[in-house]
Amino acid sequence: MHRTRRELFPGAYLTCLQTDKFRTGLLSVHLLTRLEAGTASQNALIPSVLRRGTVKSPDMAALAARLDGMYGARIEPSVRKLGEIQCLGFVADFVDGAALPSGGSLLPEAASLLGELLLAPNTRGGLLLPQYVEGEKQKLIDDIRARMNDRAEYAQTRLIELMCPGEDYAVDALGSVQAAQSVGYVTLTKHYRNLLGCSPIEIFYCGSEPPETVASAMTDALSALPRGEIDFDIGTDIRLNTVDEEPRIFTEELDVSQGKLAIGYRLGQAMEEPDMAALRVMDALFGGAYPCKLSVNVRERMGLCYYVFSELDVMKGIMTVASGIDPADYEKALGEIGRQLQAVRDGDITEEEMGIARLAVSSRMLELTDDQGALEKFWLAQNLLGLDYGPEELAALAEDVTIQDVADAASGIGCDAVYFLRGGEEEEDAED
Amino acid sequence: MQRIEYPALGMALYRAQLPNGLSIYVAPRPGWRKCRAAFVTNYGGADRRFSLEGQTCQTPAGAAHYLEHKMFDMPGGGVDDVFAARGASANAYTSEAVTSYHFTCTDKFEENLRTLLSFVSTPYFTPEAVEKERGIIGQEIAEFEDDPGAAAYMGCMKLLFGDGPLGDMVVGTAASIADITPETLAVCHRAFYVPANMALCVAGDVEPEAVERVALELLPGEKAPLPERCYDPDAGLEPAQSRAERAMEVSAPQFCAGVKLGPAQEGPEALGQRLTAELAMRCMWGKSAPAYLALYDKGLLNDTFRWESTYAGGVGYIYLEGESPDPEAALGALLAAADSGIDPKFFARQKRAVYGGFARMLDDFWELTESLADGGFGGFDVLKAPDVLEKITCADVTAWAREHLIPARFALSVVRPKKEQE
Repeated sequence: MHRTRRELFPGAYLTCLQTDKFRTGLLSVHLLTRLEAGTASQNALIPSVLRRGTVKSPDMAALAARLDGMYGARIEPSVRKLGEIQCLGFVADFVDGAALPSGGSLLPEAASLLGELLLAPNTRGGLLLPQYVEGEKQKLIDDIRARMNDRAEYAQTRLIELMCPGEDYAVDALGSVQAAQSVGYVTLTKHYRNLLGCSPIEIFYCGSEPPETVASAMTDALSALPRGEIDFDIGTDIRLNTVDEEPRIFTEELDVSQGKLAIGYRLGQAMEEPDMAALRVMDALFGGAYPCKLSVNVRERMGLCYYVFSELDVMKGIMTVASGIDPADYEKALGEIGRQLQAVRDGDITEEEMGIARLAVSSRMLELTDDQGALEKFWLAQNLLGLDYGPEELAALAEDVTIQDVADAASGIGCDAVYFLRGGEEEEDAED
Repeated sequence: MQRIEYPALGMALYRAQLPNGLSIYVAPRPGWRKCRAAFVTNYGGADRRFSLEGQTCQTPAGAAHYLEHKMFDMPGGGVDDVFAARGASANAYTSEAVTSYHFTCTDKFEENLRTLLSFVSTPYFTPEAVEKERGIIGQEIAEFEDDPGAAAYMGCMKLLFGDGPLGDMVVGTAASIADITPETLAVCHRAFYVPANMALCVAGDVEPEAVERVALELLPGEKAPLPERCYDPDAGLEPAQSRAERAMEVSAPQFCAGVKLGPAQEGPEALGQRLTAELAMRCMWGKSAPAYLALYDKGLLNDTFRWESTYAGGVGYIYLEGESPDPEAALGALLAAADSGIDPKFFARQKRAVYGGFARMLDDFWELTESLADGGFGGFDVLKAPDVLEKITCADVTAWAREHLIPARFALSVVRPKKEQE
């Protein structure tokens, strides 16, 4: 897999992975902007409003007909939160040349459609169509409200909101219902044009075409891209320590029988000069791999849950733990999770556990090279972090992580908040 | 092993049937880092009643899934550690139709394959371990019960299939799993985990002959008797009941509508039946279909809307699910679309799009291996899909819609927000 990176326009970079391994090509474009409560919903709305229609294909039916004709190519709106950066744009995937019954290549068509979606929306008098904005606004509000339907996800989102007040990180990728409600089509158009001018842009391609071909297709497709003063000053504030000395505890009620436990930690001094490999191995060992300390103890030994796992956000320096438990087991689960983290801090780790964690990270990284979508996410994050190494290098680094490295990575971790979502009425004790 | 070329797909498949009846499919992928193997038994939540060597067994809801959990125990300990020590990750799932055990790895493929075949063919159920698992599965069930999407889906299955096995959750309920014992699991294992009822599917940069060699070495050589499945043949196409509603704490009404398709075909024709259904639903309800776009525009559907066809327990059924402020109106409009004709140009584009989806599937090792197993059990070659698809006409699709999409046969299950009802 041959990787190249070049600047196509001021502040607009193209990362290309050339490989003939896949039957599809993946092409994405993301505008990068600060994640802030005031603008997150506006930003989140932009890709879906643009996806409603372009000058050439003015509605969804016309766009769908074009995509179907391209052997069912897909171009999906994309809104992501990476640390305190909001990424908005589109991800396209389409059958690659060799697998096309008709031969040829879909890249030029896909690139030009992406360019149209981004730069030439269906407008009237220069303004985004009010009916598109209103329709997508309602859907955005529905999507934000629908977060509660996925109870586990919801608990994680609420944990972060409550744990990080005053930090932009508390803002959801979709923003809030209130902020979404106040968006109008005139302000949205203005905001959209402003973003086009000043956002850094990340373009990613993975497929069989040579980088020169991709660069030329994207240069053509984005030739009308306005570039003003680029806001390179976007990034993530990392808070090393917990807000209070003791973890803040939050409990909320919803009509559920299973309680959802979500715990948030600050990674502490490990974030001063983060050793990404050690952090990932530490997370795998504690709760990110299977088996791991949490699965072996909380699930298998104590039988308290069906799932329990940890997750890292290396951009923000936060680790979270999620588990679904019987509300009666709250104290037991919380206590055991804390004990297992302490064991990691203390270096109370066997060589066997260590071997499993190292291999879990390295094989996850190697497997990632077989998945275009995962590669796209990986490289977007690396580019934002200013890191230049690929999954293979990270896999190799993980192999060298020692017990001491893991203990060091965990030594400054502090539990900042515990969130528990539980049923409203008193649960009966589970039968033993 | 037999090598079959698919020049149009740019790939080859190796296939074998061992004397013990096991079907093996290997799709070699030079240059890929990851290998995936799935050892799948044609036994799922729908297979509750069966007879083996003249003896009839009735098993509780959740038995197949419980068995799946307990297969990971071996006399020397759990197998998760064994896979993990090689950097492999193993897992399993139970659907209405099958139970699949699988691993992915980037190294030591053959050792992992040996572990997979050994643990799935070794029943080892201690009373203590079976007992402890009840708590874990209990939490898995609770998770499903709290999930509004799952509640809408289960409501629909109950409407369609009533007291039949398909009307129950694959995981069962706290009550249905309460009496599952090591003996229950042993009986189910003996009946359904025999090579002739299983398929071994592999994708990755592997040597096909090695897969066959390991399977020959580790699995029983003789062909064991197959269980006879007792499905209810007279269930008919009408739903047991047609409408159900319940209230949950949910942001907006969630719905699941479904209809039975009748007996699932087996053999090469089954692929045509399935692709016709797929194409018909795409023409009527896909993201480019006029009916969907009109409902999207009116705010009666959003992009959570999806549909799927499933074949299990000897029958086929389809379901449509999503979120809508007015599920009844949305369903009405979706079904009205079945009656209107299909534009030939639109139809041609949908065929292209289905082909594109198929090409994607070939790069998705999960989907590829599971589809190979599915085809193996159904008696068709899933890689012939592009050829079969090419022959399906607009008239076939219209006829399929007229035959199956009868509004009176549809069941609709809705989960409404609690506040709306109070």
